[in-house]
Amino acid sequence: MSSQRAEFIKGVQKTAPVLLGVTPFGLIAGVSAVSVGLPKLEAILMSAIVFAGASQLAGLQLIATGAPIFVILITTFVINLRHLMYSASIAPYFRHMSLSWKGLLSYLMTDQAYAFGISRFVQEPNMTHKRWYYLGTALPIWLVWLSATAAGVLLGGQLPESWSLDFAIPLTFMALLFPAIKDRPSMLAAVVAGGTAALGAGLPFNLGLIIAALLGIVAGVVSEGRKRNPV
Amino acid sequence: MSRTSLWVILLGMGVITFLLRASFIMLSNRIHLPEVLERALKFVPAAVLSAIVVPALLYWQGELDLSVSNERLLAGGLAMLVAWRTQSILLTITVGMLTLWGLQLLLP
Repeated sequence: MSSQRAEFIKGVQKTAPVLLGVTPFGLIAGVSAVSVGLPKLEAILMSAIVFAGASQLAGLQLIATGAPIFVILITTFVINLRHLMYSASIAPYFRHMSLSWKGLLSYLMTDQAYAFGISRFVQEPNMTHKRWYYLGTALPIWLVWLSATAAGVLLGGQLPESWSLDFAIPLTFMALLFPAIKDRPSMLAAVVAGGTAALGAGLPFNLGLIIAALLGIVAGVVSEGRKRNPV
Repeated sequence: MSRTSLWVILLGMGVITFLLRASFIMLSNRIHLPEVLERALKFVPAAVLSAIVVPALLYWQGELDLSVSNERLLAGGLAMLVAWRTQSILLTITVGMLTLWGLQLLLP
């Protein structure tokens, strides 16, 4: 067996447990997309074009409330801003690759693939076939994400609208919210953002979400800074 | 929403997400992120998720509804407890959806 293939398989083995979590999330993305009125084709393609679960659900929620396009795009930018950090951190290990490899591995980046990749590369900076290991962690997630979305779209199309399946979006985010609250500053970020969003829900263009998120982030940074340098 | 605006949204979201992912990998790895931005990014999940969840429970079809007849507020409140205790997406959705359907049957 070639060592490229061996590295790829190592990556697949690493990522396998994660796929259990990706499946229901993809199903929800598919069901939600049809429940807010996307045609089946677009609902499935959304997962291939965007390939970023949280921003897809947020985008669908905004489409459902009739938000204008620029608000949806800014929200996508804010939610996926963390990928900028991943990109900066993993870039040195991808330096010698061709542009098309860089493009492919960028497109396939997820929280999980980044985490598996960076933890291995930091430990073994001179390992060969980094791209194959990374591809092994990233590609199964992509395949499962798309299959689960497609299954969700087909399933969602069968269910009547009175089932209020769009409610699955805030429910999913709820379950993701608590692991994101790790300490007092992140708790404050959540409280400030939630409170502002509630007060600002009537603002034009659904700007409430973006303003609330930014205020929450500022609250978190300020509170953490205080903790570090008490006045 | 027209099919054209939907496609503008999908492609726009795709391009933005790709550019964020490809930024440093494809362009340069000599530039570093400013430290304040790195600190701020840590709070993005908590802030964004909360900003989406809270109004989705308090508002229904654009109107603030804090009454006990707001089924989504009641179902969401219960699901919130489940989310907090279990941190399980599946359990949170199951409890939230079942409660919502139960309330929709009970309340006129």
